Amino acid sequence: MAQLECKDLTIAFEDRTLYENLSFEVNSGDYVFVLGSNGAGKTTLVKTLLGLRKPTRGSIIIDDKLKEKGIGYLPQQKSMQRDFPASVMEVVTSACGGNRHERREQALAALDRLKVRELSAKSFSELSGGQQQRVLLARALCAAGGMLLLDEPVSGLDHTTTAEFYSMIRELNKEDGMTILMISHDIDAARRYGSHVLYISSEPRFMTAKRFFAQWEEENG
Amino acid sequence: MADMIDKLQFYFQFQFVRNVLIVGALIAVCAALLGVTLVLRHFSYIGDGLSHVAFGVMCVASVLDLADANALVMPITVLAAILLLRTGQNTKVKGDAAIAMISVSSLALGYMLMNIYGAKTNLTGDVCSTLFGSTSILTIKSKDVYMCLALFVIVVSIFVIFYRKIFAVTFDEDFARATGVKVNLYNNLLATIIAVVIVMAMNLVGSLLISALIIFPALSAMRIFKSFLKVTICSVVVSLVCAIIGILVSILAGTPVGPTIVTADMAVYFLFALAGGIKGRVA
Repeated sequence: MAQLECKDLTIAFEDRTLYENLSFEVNSGDYVFVLGSNGAGKTTLVKTLLGLRKPTRGSIIIDDKLKEKGIGYLPQQKSMQRDFPASVMEVVTSACGGNRHERREQALAALDRLKVRELSAKSFSELSGGQQQRVLLARALCAAGGMLLLDEPVSGLDHTTTAEFYSMIRELNKEDGMTILMISHDIDAARRYGSHVLYISSEPRFMTAKRFFAQWEEENG
Repeated sequence: MADMIDKLQFYFQFQFVRNVLIVGALIAVCAALLGVTLVLRHFSYIGDGLSHVAFGVMCVASVLDLADANALVMPITVLAAILLLRTGQNTKVKGDAAIAMISVSSLALGYMLMNIYGAKTNLTGDVCSTLFGSTSILTIKSKDVYMCLALFVIVVSIFVIFYRKIFAVTFDEDFARATGVKVNLYNNLLATIIAVVIVMAMNLVGSLLISALIIFPALSAMRIFKSFLKVTICSVVVSLVCAIIGILVSILAGTPVGPTIVTADMAVYFLFALAGGIKGRVA
């Protein structure tokens, strides 16, 4: 059974239908790039998958195991308060369960996994954009049992930090078997790392990355 | 100095003066706790907005000649708080605009109703004491002190028990919702407490005081500290100290209590802003 299955999903936003009858399946270990132009409804789709808003029509079926373990979420940078007065540990432990000691251990393990344990004693507002993204990814990891939904995680990051971030996500996907569903505008990254592409438009398409880029090259020369 | 101590000792012989100090301290702590999350969620002006709503409803209660105005004021202010905290979600009129709209509408309607139907002659005095709490603070009874004490216990308990959830909702509401936190429940709980604190404070010390008590301690703490827990603790301490200093100064200098506390809060904010600036340069 698929980890996540969308059946005949229709999303309308403020009296405008963004897309209709979108159906796709995401399986364990997939690396799905969600592509599409600005305003196409990519973030709306992710929020719908997370249960933050209801679909206009259609259904979303989440595997019981994944439901139990949880889905990690990294929101868009612009929706975050970058100067929020919080320590890194406060941010990461907010997604952890158990008693204080267990929460701390989980948070440190997540920071370790992303190679940023040294940030644990710092304030969130003092970090660079790239460091803040890693801390928020560590928070998402604490909440994630098997799937991460990432909303434009590299927007606003410099070239080196972007490359490091992609490499980290790829490690989580390949080594930990984490399913990744990432909203992005980065076609090259989708071609390089993605196993599947979900292209959001008025006529959305879901297919393997290989097939998508073969079609893309045919259409765009 | 000895004169000042003598004067304070004289005044503190009276029960109502001791009541003022106790109530001021309890409300200061409650307001500071709420202030941190409200300021960080860009709802700094909600205190003003809700106190204006309470003022409008109080005018309606006065026109209707209700024996217990709070029976009408409390539920409507709670409802307004819940609606205002939801304006960040899918509504046509967002955050600050919604607060401003409800705030001025309630104020205007309340004052107009009092003018048209109000039987009392001292209209200006009534409005002034509601807004600045200049006279009502002298009439605090033991019953009010016990009510404030109960409110204090409830607010502090909620903050201690749900501290992590409150942090999660304040830091990132969408993430909290996505990870199964019952965000609406916490928002409604928070809105109810805010409304109750504001109505209690408005009855006792006026709407100007409560707005300042919500905003200033949190803003001051944020100039120095960069962790949520430290900001919360510092905010409570600042609010408590300013409330006590403000009340003592007002007794000694004969100034109105509300504005004196606000002045103390302002002074501490500027001191903390200066210290924050120096700390930033050193680091």
